[in-house]
Amino acid sequence: MSDRTTTNVPAARRNSFDAGAARRRCYSYRTRILDISQQVSALHVAPAFSCTEITDVIYNNLMRQEANGEYRDVFLMSKGHGCMIQYVILEEQGILSRQDLDAYCKPNGRLGAHPDYETPGIAASTGSLGHGLGMATGQAYAEKLKNTDVVIYCVLSDGEFQEGSTWEAMMMAANLKLDNLVAFMDFNDFGGLERMSDGHPAFYPLVSKAEAFGWEAVEVDGHDEEAMREAVMSRRGERPMLVVCRTVKGKGVSYMENVAIWHYRSPNKEEYLQGLKELAEAPL
Amino acid sequence: MRNRFADTFYELGKNDPRLCVVVADISPAGSIAKFRNEFPRRFVNTGVSEQIMIGMTAGMAQRGLKPFAYTIATFTLYRPFEMVRDDLCYQNLPVTIVGIGGGVTYSTLGATHHAQEDVAIASAIPNLSVIAPCDPSEAEAATRWCAAQERGPVYLRLGKAGEPDLSKAAQEPWAFGKLRRLRGGRDVCILSYGPIMKRAFAIAERFEAAGKSAAIVSTHTLKPLDRDGLAEILRAFARVVVIEECAPNGSLAMRVKELAWDAQVTCRIDTFTLKDAFIHCYGGHDDILDAHGLGTAEIAARLGLH
Repeated sequence: MSDRTTTNVPAARRNSFDAGAARRRCYSYRTRILDISQQVSALHVAPAFSCTEITDVIYNNLMRQEANGEYRDVFLMSKGHGCMIQYVILEEQGILSRQDLDAYCKPNGRLGAHPDYETPGIAASTGSLGHGLGMATGQAYAEKLKNTDVVIYCVLSDGEFQEGSTWEAMMMAANLKLDNLVAFMDFNDFGGLERMSDGHPAFYPLVSKAEAFGWEAVEVDGHDEEAMREAVMSRRGERPMLVVCRTVKGKGVSYMENVAIWHYRSPNKEEYLQGLKELAEAPL
Repeated sequence: MRNRFADTFYELGKNDPRLCVVVADISPAGSIAKFRNEFPRRFVNTGVSEQIMIGMTAGMAQRGLKPFAYTIATFTLYRPFEMVRDDLCYQNLPVTIVGIGGGVTYSTLGATHHAQEDVAIASAIPNLSVIAPCDPSEAEAATRWCAAQERGPVYLRLGKAGEPDLSKAAQEPWAFGKLRRLRGGRDVCILSYGPIMKRAFAIAERFEAAGKSAAIVSTHTLKPLDRDGLAEILRAFARVVVIEECAPNGSLAMRVKELAWDAQVTCRIDTFTLKDAFIHCYGGHDDILDAHGLGTAEIAARLGLH
């Protein structure tokens, strides 16, 4: 492990990974999202479930906090349609309130189905795909110019890597040697229409593509927080890093898993109860 | 205009470490090259990649810097349009987009390099201010304003090189969002902006020769438009002429006519814009303007000045 990486992760966190606590948090996040799905249908449940562990490990095991509790590092949700998981984590941390979440997508609320810049905890407005990594590149470069050690964590969908703009950012972040940029690809293999590996077989392999663009890259199980944490903490830290996270879209609820319609759909009452039951039965 | 922008930016950048410039494979003019040599980390070339040029400036502004994106006008707006709209304007970030060679300045390069609708397109996006100086001294004043402002994104549309200084004699200083009278007159008021302003001066001379006193007003800020100032002109003059290097849809001409309706004025309004057409013709800047029907002689003829 390089010196640089160790300075980016607080000692207490490094030594205290608690897999059980992470699983309990993710269980509560998923049930909270299912609860909200019964109030408002306009939410992307399955895309949030695929990046639940990714988002949790970044917030709870990678990002550093200042003495006043504010995050020193930055989280940018490039796959804006996955923002429900970010909202429920921000709610748990008191950055967003329960009232904020209760008013999700309602006329009197401030949270929409895509994150909006300057809402507490939101680093950029996203929703249109292929924008986040460019902004994250600019943010990481700004921190270099300011001579800080702030790390920018950016979560992207695998579909976003079909956008040319993402590859422009891949080139530039490597040119600028942004070792303070760590991107996570939520590799769930589903776009809105179909399984991506069926429709775009030439899209693969991913890790070697990123390496060819000058990034450090690794592929891990995106539902294994300890593996993701270890991958980031053991990075060489000389270049931007891409963590390709193999995930299951709709993870944790059988009828959602790898079924394309659940990119958009919200569960009905019966489906909701079944989802809760399945989540509760999974080992904690 | 381009060189005055570069000189001004260099001078401001020496004293403000937040000022950065992000270009997309365009050779930096004059003092921008000097800025690059002295502050290499604050000069970024993204290469032939305009989407990341704009995306990066958004991220840099979010982390407290004041970036300028800089390339040929068409490539600042058209290729990365959604980055301009979502990353800069939706998030309302203080980034200046410098479009070099707005209008049909790049007269030999064909319509791929003609930003003939840039003002209309930029003006359509919420939060985006649009400034088009007419000469080097207005370019300098606008650059100073852009570097100091915090209100949001700006599209700063510049010409290229060699524009004459037309606003030297102006009594009023340049002020963002305010019309600027460059020359006094009683009978006719000519509204114009950008490098085509020199034709406004030529037409004013034709009016004078015909015994009419012609005022010239620089509408350098296209958004927010000085609606009150324009309404006052529409009320004060019996005849108003608009001359601009922009396609008709979304032009100043269209907006002046809309204002005239709202203000219920009765003055005569003559407008001269680029055509709503791609002109397959090459030559100097003047040749392309002529081909769009904006030759001084043609404008004069259409105004009844013989």
